[in-house]
Amino acid sequence: MTAISTSQRITIDPITRLEGHGKIEIFLDEAGEVANAYFQVPELRGFEVFCLGRPAEEMPRLTNRICGVCPEAHHMAAAKALDDLYHVDPPPTAKKLRELLYSAFYVTDHTTHFYALGGPDFVVGPDAPASQRNILGVVAKVGVEAGLKVINTRKRNHEVIKIIGGRVIHPVSALPGGMSKPINEEERQFIEEAAHENIEFALWSLDLFEQIVLQNSAYVDLILSDGYTQRTYYMGLVDENNHVNFYDGLVRVVDPDGVEFCKYAPHEYTEHVAEHVEPYSYLKYPYLKEVGWKGFVDGKDSGMYCCTPLSRLNAADGMATPRAQEAYEKFYETLGGKPVHHTLATHWARLIELLYAAERMLELVTDPEITSPNVRTIPTETPTVGIGIVEAPRGTLTHHYETDENGILTRVNLIVGTTNNYAPITLSIKRAAQAMIHNGEVNDGILNMIEMAFRSYDPCLSCATHSLPGQMPLEVIVRDANGDIIDRRSQYCTP
Amino acid sequence: MAENGKPKLALYWAASCGGCEISVLAIHEKILDVAEAFDIVFWPCVMDFKVSDVEALEDGEIDVCLFNGAIRTDENAHMAHLLRRKSKVMVAYGSCAMEGCMPGLANFYDRERIMQFVYHDSPSTDNPDGVEPQTRTEVPEGELTLPGFWNTVRTLDQIVPVEYFIPGCPPEAKWTEAAINAIISGELPPPGSVIGMDVTVCDECPRERSEKKITRFYRPYEIIPDPDICLLDQGLFCAGIATRAGCGALCPQVNMGCRGCYGPNEGVVDGGARLISAIASVIDAKTPEEIDAVLDTLPDPAGYFYRFTLARSLMERTRLERQNGHKVARPLEEVPRLDPALKE
Repeated sequence: MTAISTSQRITIDPITRLEGHGKIEIFLDEAGEVANAYFQVPELRGFEVFCLGRPAEEMPRLTNRICGVCPEAHHMAAAKALDDLYHVDPPPTAKKLRELLYSAFYVTDHTTHFYALGGPDFVVGPDAPASQRNILGVVAKVGVEAGLKVINTRKRNHEVIKIIGGRVIHPVSALPGGMSKPINEEERQFIEEAAHENIEFALWSLDLFEQIVLQNSAYVDLILSDGYTQRTYYMGLVDENNHVNFYDGLVRVVDPDGVEFCKYAPHEYTEHVAEHVEPYSYLKYPYLKEVGWKGFVDGKDSGMYCCTPLSRLNAADGMATPRAQEAYEKFYETLGGKPVHHTLATHWARLIELLYAAERMLELVTDPEITSPNVRTIPTETPTVGIGIVEAPRGTLTHHYETDENGILTRVNLIVGTTNNYAPITLSIKRAAQAMIHNGEVNDGILNMIEMAFRSYDPCLSCATHSLPGQMPLEVIVRDANGDIIDRRSQYCTP
Repeated sequence: MAENGKPKLALYWAASCGGCEISVLAIHEKILDVAEAFDIVFWPCVMDFKVSDVEALEDGEIDVCLFNGAIRTDENAHMAHLLRRKSKVMVAYGSCAMEGCMPGLANFYDRERIMQFVYHDSPSTDNPDGVEPQTRTEVPEGELTLPGFWNTVRTLDQIVPVEYFIPGCPPEAKWTEAAINAIISGELPPPGSVIGMDVTVCDECPRERSEKKITRFYRPYEIIPDPDICLLDQGLFCAGIATRAGCGALCPQVNMGCRGCYGPNEGVVDGGARLISAIASVIDAKTPEEIDAVLDTLPDPAGYFYRFTLARSLMERTRLERQNGHKVARPLEEVPRLDPALKE
């Protein structure tokens, strides 16, 4: 990279949470064009070290504190790593209960993201005033009854998580060999009812997307536009039929042409994924080891990969449930075949996953053995190494534990959902900046564009940007070479 | 007060998981009451985020600040000092801000050990040049900065004075509501108070208790407990015996022992020490050797007794020693058998 004397610098600080607080620095060259953009994560907590010395079976309760937005994902990845560590196979009912809890979690997580965070851009409209592009704006557009549907979907799935997991935030019931508690018939009936309502809700949401987005050519053009298009590798967990699975299976990666690049079991993860370090961020950049780290560029020669709802659809051959499969086929027919490289299509993909999660919930809760009291297998073998992978909503989640013969942790390595997307998010930000900043002039749309590109990844920003009122606060400050502010643009939902 | 007569409220997160933020929103539709009753001047994850706006406020202009997360970096500390100066009332919201929570277990280690593993030794890290994050980095276009990462996790009240504490990981919605209502009505308890109940989790737990006499501990995966009998009676470690109530005994009700996220009861200086003495009192042993034999069946006593409270404990952390110009933690295995009087 040639040295460019800086004439301007743009700071966006913070862009809210990514397991902490993020910061974007955009540098302009003397001509006022974007020289480079950096996305820094100034946060580190050190779970991989302070879990050492702890009994391994505590990990489902320790690691869910990594993220209060998706504690269920850490709880499940930890439980699977422990089954592997103790060489124990949980009873079928225990596995089904875990997947049932996890499916309910997916429903609530994808719902909040779509309606409070990502959806407002489309439902209310990308050009609507910032103060309306939030969940309240969605309610105003589609009606109070619709808003209640969203709130009730969250509520009933939180109740399902509490029934199976013991708590809504930071569940506790998974342990090596199974689950701490079965469910009874009364609880099963409640969950079955919730699953039916979830399916209706998911179909209604897809219909809403059809009416508001797909029937509006301006929105479709936006989705297909170059600024939101990146050709990367895609990763996702698949079952034995190469269908999307959130709880179990093999990790499959397809190349930018959609051809299978590799498919690996949890124990092979270090053969396929490595993490790059930069001195200006506490977060590492995962990439495909066989392709190599080539910096923040897309294409087949760059090891950069994505792990999002869109990535999972691209990495799979289809969905395991009938109505989600129909939606999957329509998705690729509409967008011109596989793979789809348009990051904004991630919102549509998320709704297809929502429908799958809801259908999967119904399959599991109507399984005749779901109320079996047999939910525990007592481990008897000496623990060694355990690696567990689940598909978290924000990316493939890997937990790797090693212990002494008493099951006391001696090594812990974690690759967390959003981390997978760190490099592609950085590239998206740079592309947005390049599209919107010319001759030192910052186009009004830059905040919106960065925000929309960002939102499609749902990068474990705050829970609350997930919730109410769902506005992502952004501020761009343009400074001259002396550090004086020459331009300032902000996009806030001012109370 | 704002011009409209509403009290000014700020909410902030420092080193945290986000669960506290979710728990604030878990008061559901009542969040609208909060928006109605308060002039929210700062809530980075939900609303207008401008640190410069906070800096521009008069000192003491914010009526109440709910602060979650521990203090782990220079930035966390900077925000704690800034918000303290601008706020009349500072509330440590949740276990991290109040007592360090699980991330406080990092005080058994040090910055060097974390950097060494994360950026060098981790099996997935590829770092041939040995790069580590720096507080200042020269890139071709200019300089980038990161906040410094501390050796020691600190609680909020170790950094700035705090008026109230709301315990829990995360706090249950009913206590968040209670705190909000107290602020709205102006009926605040005396400064230094914990918002909550002063009984133990056992008092909320429906399990049947008897005269406890534990002859050994079982690991949670080793036995399938009776669903109606006290878990501790069955030899499963449960911190409920010396943990503040308020959660509704959620974990024991799904056959999992309490780990102590609500912290100790009123007046307890060191939560871990209190828990040790409570557990010791139910061990069925007469001689020190017998007590040791029972305790030997409980792995990682430090991690169990101080799961949520290490950063706030009398120890605060394991001793740091200077080696090659860096402060590093004395390895835990060299620390004498856990002793609550162990200050260093």
